[in-house]
Amino acid sequence: MAQRTVTVASASGLHARPAKLFVQAAMKAEVPVTIRAGEKTVPAKSMLGVLSLGAVHGTEVTLEADGPGAEEALDTLAALLSRDLDAEDPAHA
Amino acid sequence: MPDTLAGLGVSQGRAAGPVVRMAGPPALPAPRPVTDPGAETAAVGSALEAVAADLTRRAATARGEAAEILEALAMIADDPTLREDAETRARDGLDAAHALDAAFAQHRDALSALGGYLAERAADLDDLKHRAVAFTLGLPMPGLPAPGHPYVLVAEDLSPADTAGLGPDVLALVTERGGPTSHTAILARGRGLPAVVACRGIRDVPDGTLVGVDGATGEVAVGLTGEEAELIRERDRAERARLAASQGPGRTADGHPVKLLLNIGSAADLVPDGEGVGLFRTEFLFLDRKQAPPFEEQVAAYAEVLGRVESVIVRTLDAGTDKPLPFLGLPEEPNPALGVRGLRVERLLDGVLDTQLEAIAEAARATGAQAWVMAPMVTTVEEAAAFARSARAKGIAKVGVMIEVPAAALRARALLREVDFLSIGTNDLAQYTFAADRQHPALADLLDPRQPALLELIAMCAAAGAEAGKPVGVCGEAAGDPALAPLLVGLGVTSLSMAPVCVPAVREALAGLTLRECRERARAARE
Repeated sequence: MAQRTVTVASASGLHARPAKLFVQAAMKAEVPVTIRAGEKTVPAKSMLGVLSLGAVHGTEVTLEADGPGAEEALDTLAALLSRDLDAEDPAHA
Repeated sequence: MPDTLAGLGVSQGRAAGPVVRMAGPPALPAPRPVTDPGAETAAVGSALEAVAADLTRRAATARGEAAEILEALAMIADDPTLREDAETRARDGLDAAHALDAAFAQHRDALSALGGYLAERAADLDDLKHRAVAFTLGLPMPGLPAPGHPYVLVAEDLSPADTAGLGPDVLALVTERGGPTSHTAILARGRGLPAVVACRGIRDVPDGTLVGVDGATGEVAVGLTGEEAELIRERDRAERARLAASQGPGRTADGHPVKLLLNIGSAADLVPDGEGVGLFRTEFLFLDRKQAPPFEEQVAAYAEVLGRVESVIVRTLDAGTDKPLPFLGLPEEPNPALGVRGLRVERLLDGVLDTQLEAIAEAARATGAQAWVMAPMVTTVEEAAAFARSARAKGIAKVGVMIEVPAAALRARALLREVDFLSIGTNDLAQYTFAADRQHPALADLLDPRQPALLELIAMCAAAGAEAGKPVGVCGEAAGDPALAPLLVGLGVTSLSMAPVCVPAVREALAGLTLRECRERARAARE
């Protein structure tokens, strides 16, 4: 079982645009990934699940996956979470 | 005589046509005995897929924030956990509509319980539920109607999801709720649609009733005869014809010329109006690139604009960590608005600016057009001088800089010894002058373009321009506001660059005042 623990870097937490980008990336992963915050574990592909974690800026979350490609998938997703996705707003013209 | 309802006019113009109210949520019928749970399970899946597909389709035609919101909603409709929950309920014997209703309700309650931002998302779940349930019941999905003829859209309020999908059939917008900064108002102004918000009683007006909407006064005349409606349409056509007939160069009532220019992101934004392009935002061409756009491709993209407009001010790439261009691969930084943005990117990346300047020069040679080039986020005279040297070495005739940083505004006179023109970006200049994040909802008053300190800086730049005999324009939001444009002209600005839709109204506003009156407004605003 591959595992990564990261701190959510986005200013608004794992909501809105950051949540969308994270779930989109999880959908592209070749293996099912789960994300845990505190006691709660949800599939990373579930937008509602990810939102319901209530992860804010600075919350520590743990990603887990199994099988071939798990390490790469977790690296990608962990890297995404550790960036401030709110600051990368394409509409900020 | 028609009745009149009063609301708040938020977007000027007059329109008349039949009311079509936005469909409300579907009523859930009594549970139906189920004979084939397999069929109900399949119906649940089809409904969620249909809702997600509809939202994805609308996201593809929307832009910016609206597109993001629609995509996020589509992803919730597509959520595997939600689908599993609803399908399980259908397999256990509920009909599709009730299975969906129960599954959405469960997730909605879970989000509500978390409070804050997530409680607001609970409303999104209700919206999605209504769409999915309507689909299984064979009812029209709530949301924008498509009656197949022009209509006045009436709603309680419009969400970003609704406004993103407005088609050309919509003549005007009237909502029962909302205010001057609501989505409805912003959207309507951007599209030039007459709009009235906070209009009580409008939703009691039956579909098909002819109404007349005045987006300036906020009055909605209800129960017009066909003739009365036609009269309003005629007046509106005459007004539009008058605005269209006013085509031509911008000038004040006494003939003082003020160039009216267009802000564009690509050739697709061009309209046959205005006296050229005042701001060509080149970064919009390459927002989604992972690799630097090759030289030839850049030449082609610039030539497409230069080939169609005689005079164009091309702004070099305006990007930074707060406004990323993926192909630049800039490192993250703790304070992006104060970090490596605009011309400053040159400090970290060699060659990007050089290639772009070369491509602009080549496109100008190929089309025979006059390309002026300016750099964003210039701070010092040295930066401006270095930029001007590079641009001129490539054969670019007219070189300018944007004034977005107070330090640059304070040195306008010295800047104009190095470059040929200035263009003031009022949005960023306000942000940096008032130390107020331009996205911050609680600081809007500090970002008001009427703030005297901002006007002072604009006046300094304009005075330096007059002294040097060089153009000084404004290309921020303020330039496209008919109420502010005369004030800017009064400060001494020589051109105004704006979204194409704003040009006729600004032209009209200037034509109604003498230069002296504009100066009087500017003087009063600075007191």
